[in-house]
Amino acid sequence: MPDDRELRSTGSGQTLPTDTFPGQAAVDEMVVMRQEPAPETDEALARRPLGLLFWLALGWVGLVVLLAVIANLLPLPNPNLQNYAAINVGPSLHHLLGTDDLGRDLLSRIIYGARVSLVVGFGAVGIGMAIGGTLGLISGFRGGKLDIVLNAASFVILAFPAIVAVIAIVAFWGQTLAKITIIIGVATIPVLFRVVRASSLAYANRDFVVAARTLGATSTRIVFKEILPNVIPVAVAFGLIAVAGVIVLEGSLAFLGLSVALPTPSWGNIISEGTSNGNLSTNPYILMWPALAMFLLLLSINLIGDRLRQRFDVREGLL
Amino acid sequence: MTGPAATPGTNAGSAAEAPVMLEVEHLVVEFRSGKERVQAVSDISFEVRTGETLGLVGESGCGKTTTGRALVQVQPATSGSVRFQGQDLGRLSKRELRKTRTRIQMIFQDPISSLNPRRRIRDIVAEPLAIWGTGSAEERAAQVRSMLESVGIDPDTAGDRRPQEFSGGQCQRISIARALMAKPSMLICDEPVSALDVSVQAQILNLLADLKAAFGLTMVFIAHDLAVVKNVSDRVAVMYLGKLVELADSDDLYRSPAHPYTEALMASIPEPDPEHVSTHEPLTGELPSPLNPPSGCRFRTRCPYVQDRCASEEPPLREVSPGHQVACHFPLRQLSPVPERPAATTV
Repeated sequence: MPDDRELRSTGSGQTLPTDTFPGQAAVDEMVVMRQEPAPETDEALARRPLGLLFWLALGWVGLVVLLAVIANLLPLPNPNLQNYAAINVGPSLHHLLGTDDLGRDLLSRIIYGARVSLVVGFGAVGIGMAIGGTLGLISGFRGGKLDIVLNAASFVILAFPAIVAVIAIVAFWGQTLAKITIIIGVATIPVLFRVVRASSLAYANRDFVVAARTLGATSTRIVFKEILPNVIPVAVAFGLIAVAGVIVLEGSLAFLGLSVALPTPSWGNIISEGTSNGNLSTNPYILMWPALAMFLLLLSINLIGDRLRQRFDVREGLL
Repeated sequence: MTGPAATPGTNAGSAAEAPVMLEVEHLVVEFRSGKERVQAVSDISFEVRTGETLGLVGESGCGKTTTGRALVQVQPATSGSVRFQGQDLGRLSKRELRKTRTRIQMIFQDPISSLNPRRRIRDIVAEPLAIWGTGSAEERAAQVRSMLESVGIDPDTAGDRRPQEFSGGQCQRISIARALMAKPSMLICDEPVSALDVSVQAQILNLLADLKAAFGLTMVFIAHDLAVVKNVSDRVAVMYLGKLVELADSDDLYRSPAHPYTEALMASIPEPDPEHVSTHEPLTGELPSPLNPPSGCRFRTRCPYVQDRCASEEPPLREVSPGHQVACHFPLRQLSPVPERPAATTV
């Protein structure tokens, strides 16, 4: 076995010095440092803490939900109370976010308006998930003719621009909160169907499903015990992103005057008021506050959804 | 064509007289894609006797996994029958099948995919009991504990964990534990070790051998690795492109293969001796597409001994010596009976 020195000898028979230049240790350290942030594996990504941003986002969503729920208990003026003595006043102790051009308290209007956004957002996705998600779960698992038919149907529905259909239906059916929630909910069915179906399909042929079958599990048991637990994280993560989309859609409808009827506040119709009657130049707060609240809410929901999706996708990546 | 009653020699000697546990007759499994039909398994027949291990070997894509799945009726057969302990599984009602198929369990190739990533090990292993509502919660927990111990998994540390926290070999042990909880008579192992490191392969194979003895199991062992199959099998069936080409006692098959394909497979087993020079011509060409299999003998496109008759006429599976069946017009050892079987007169 040749020793170390022999291995280092060059072709001419000269031996290279084994110790290197004085600064070698420092250079080695630098090399080590440069290598230090090792590329994150999927596994590491999955175990990484969710991060401050995630918790901030969750905090904001939580705060908005809490305020919307307990709005009646808060010492807020009636959101529709017009106080002509205080028109277009800026933020003050009396009106924390100021008032609009009819003297209504903006904070109160935004908190009550959050109810509309949240009810429509979560309600519509709830309806969509209950119908579309259930169909997707079954369709992906069962396959066959049922799957072909439902899949084709979802494609056909998706081919129509949803917002046009929603506007048309809202226009002649009515502008109550419940109706708008139902209409938008129905519109989300095909999208949620597709996402859940894809996820269900991915698990339907896994070996653990075959194993459950050979163990004598019924299809119902397999769906609930084997498929559903794997589909839920994906559905929740995507559902959250869908909630953000629906809130924007409701905002667009409200901006067009097609969401809940005035004077009931909603973020969309406050924004709309903020741009009309020259309010944009006289009192930009009317536009700014609801836009900011909505922006932060959407950002937070997307962030939460995205982070959850990342975490659960990785699980699949591991397989 | 009946062989002599007393079969001396090989380790399959005792199994040969054991009652038939599983009988596969003219099994055909077809897949359809649009108008095209692919026969993954075309008309194969064999039987598995109580207590034996039948090896099923062949290249990737030859239909061995599909055969395994058809045995447990996870993959419906297009035609033919699978009879398990006298019952035709294809004719059972849904409810009867649900109960009966628990007696045949499967071990899969991918150990991680065979366990639900979102469930805990104790729930996974208890599933066979939970499905049938067997025993109280405590009884189930006790059974899970002893089963995990018998496959070499520590129930205290493993029970609350999820499959991702285990290595491939450990996952395979857990899969085996789950399968055995159903108290099967038969275990179908579909390439159970090919996804594992060689050192772990040996452990799992030894475990399977131990459990086979302890639980009195009959096994079908599917693999592409002939060296592995040789060690575990009493009899070996060789598949090529959806057909059974040779079926014989393990020792018999390895000592003197009768089908040119088996011979080529044997020659492809790596020799640990670096001085060894292979005398056999390696197989050339690819496995033909099952969409359009060759006429006559399916192996003729790659067979070194091909003749005109091979293209026109499909060779049936016939016995060249007792217990040794081959589907070839020109078997390699028709005239040379095995040394251990001088009694083989009726060929």
